[in-house]
Amino acid sequence: MADVSVTAGPVFGRRDPDARGYFGAFGGRFIPETLVQPVEELTAAYFAARTDAGFLAELHQLLSRYVGRPTPLYEAQRATAGTPVRLFLKREDLAHTGAHKINNAMGQVLLAARMGKRRVVAETGAGQHGVATATACALMGIECVVYMGSEDVSRQALNVFRMRVLGATVISVDAGTRTLKDAINEAMRDWVTNVETTSYVLGSVLGPHPYPLMVREFQSVIGAEARAQILRDTGRLPDVAVACVGGGSNAMGLFDAFIDDPSVRLVGVEAGGRAIEPGEHAARFAGGREGVLHGTRTLVLQDVHGNIQSTHSVSAGLDYASVGPEHAWLHSKGRTEYAFADDTAALDAFQWLARTEGILPALESSHAIAWARQFAATTREPAVVLVNLSGRGDKDVEQVRRMLTEKEQTS
Amino acid sequence: MSRLRGAFAELKAQGRAGLVTYITAGDPSPAISCDVLRAIAAAGADVLEVGVPFSDPIADGPVIQRATERALAAGGNLSVTLDMVASVRTEIRQPIVLFTYVNPVLQMGVDAFVARAAEAGVDGVLLLDLPIEESDDMCARLAARGIDQIFLISPTTTDARVRVAAGLARGFLYVISRLGVTGARAHVAGTAAPLVERIRAATSLPIAVGFGLSRPEHLTEVAGYADAAVVGSALVTVIGDAGVDAPAKAGEFVRWLRGQ
Repeated sequence: MADVSVTAGPVFGRRDPDARGYFGAFGGRFIPETLVQPVEELTAAYFAARTDAGFLAELHQLLSRYVGRPTPLYEAQRATAGTPVRLFLKREDLAHTGAHKINNAMGQVLLAARMGKRRVVAETGAGQHGVATATACALMGIECVVYMGSEDVSRQALNVFRMRVLGATVISVDAGTRTLKDAINEAMRDWVTNVETTSYVLGSVLGPHPYPLMVREFQSVIGAEARAQILRDTGRLPDVAVACVGGGSNAMGLFDAFIDDPSVRLVGVEAGGRAIEPGEHAARFAGGREGVLHGTRTLVLQDVHGNIQSTHSVSAGLDYASVGPEHAWLHSKGRTEYAFADDTAALDAFQWLARTEGILPALESSHAIAWARQFAATTREPAVVLVNLSGRGDKDVEQVRRMLTEKEQTS
Repeated sequence: MSRLRGAFAELKAQGRAGLVTYITAGDPSPAISCDVLRAIAAAGADVLEVGVPFSDPIADGPVIQRATERALAAGGNLSVTLDMVASVRTEIRQPIVLFTYVNPVLQMGVDAFVARAAEAGVDGVLLLDLPIEESDDMCARLAARGIDQIFLISPTTTDARVRVAAGLARGFLYVISRLGVTGARAHVAGTAAPLVERIRAATSLPIAVGFGLSRPEHLTEVAGYADAAVVGSALVTVIGDAGVDAPAKAGEFVRWLRGQ
């Protein structure tokens, strides 16, 4: 499966935030006092590891021999037949455990092991980060506790079972909105209590410095490979690079390789949910304001009093009230743009890719596919579009079946 | 002299350790919550901490999370909390410290917040998720209006950070007795006394110890080495169980804590 002609790996140290963890006005570290020193230690350990030949060799070894990297770049010719668009899919769905999340989980759990931690906690929304962390922990013999909102536990039952099979303890969080936000709250509470023995393996480009940097760098392997692959296959850079954005780790991983290529449009696709109204979506660039959530200053969906709004998306992995600070910064500089796809468009894109290419995209990734589909259907100019197919849709099949049944009954 | 400095000077003169109480503002309703503050003050608490309800209280255990949910459901928020403080201020001589997460303050706007807090008669502000490194600006703006920023010191805080906090802090230092979130425990953490000793080496500021304290004997124990003890979740539990009787029950609980 691995695409042996490409040997690019994650890129470290190319675009660091400032010493306090800021990307422009976004990022930083907004955490309770108990976590400050442990986060300092994590930062020091990470900065040492990313220049350590031994660590990097071990990570590369795991990525190639265990995760199955590089993942292929695939041109979806049937899907775009009759349009002027060449659509290339970066097949992160083919990575071990079925999503890009494994790239980061491998890196962070390897770092935890290097720091002598014997236990990790993680949050998960769709379950992919939880599965990836549970997998890395099983591989490295580390205890793994995953927090998951009770609503997500019920809509992603298969992933809950996978985590348990992998030896992880899954704790259902029945507080607040019962989704990813509350899972992060509870994971942080566990961390603050067990900080001496435990590392927090955060799944997206969120949280206090160094997480947004560290997660982006572990995910930068996606863009590094995709850039080399598309140059190989087309002899040129893409016109557009597209990825769905929940916290935004798969998007940052893809965008990273193209930030310095001004000809490449970078498009993040958020969850439009049912409608762009409070509580009905998770499109932070459409309805968010600057604020602090989970340790970082970024765009947040919130009310006038600063309380975090509930969100809705058909995809658990995009159902979150804030977005990675580096996305907010790149957007403020005009380097990236953000669109949204609603639940229906994502569901349609899921079926469209299945029928035209025989690929079931995750509902998260289906948002990016929906954007590319719409773009291909409306553009008149020839264009090369690169979409990060961040995960596979097997986990979503049962949910899609339910939704399609409901749709049939109501129509 | 600020009310906080005055209160700790008075405690020192009386040769006793103080009692700092925490309640979540607006639990079970803003009106009852005001009466709770009056009752706690009348029962002899020395410093009143007022928690601003916030949707995502990552440093709080289940008891204060539930209180927060009740307060939010009853219409509580930062603005209402400031109104509450303003309405009880003239009746209460004890210092009042706001205990808040940073996001509600950012949404109100730091300038507007500081102005309203000063007008309401707030004496101190503790921002749970605003670490020392992010606090210079906030601290200066609060100080300009005579409000003390209160800093937390945890068992994981290094000596170097204790010195920085001590240099920036006014009023008192709030020592987290144990790793973890807020919540009543059966015993005072063994980490508390050595931590207080470590902080004494860096500052002469008064020290209040909190997290996990819930009984009179805890207060007696903490009085052996600190200037004050903080009781939060245990009192919030009493309020949560009492509903409309919360003021009377909270006053009773505070008197019990004080051995009366």
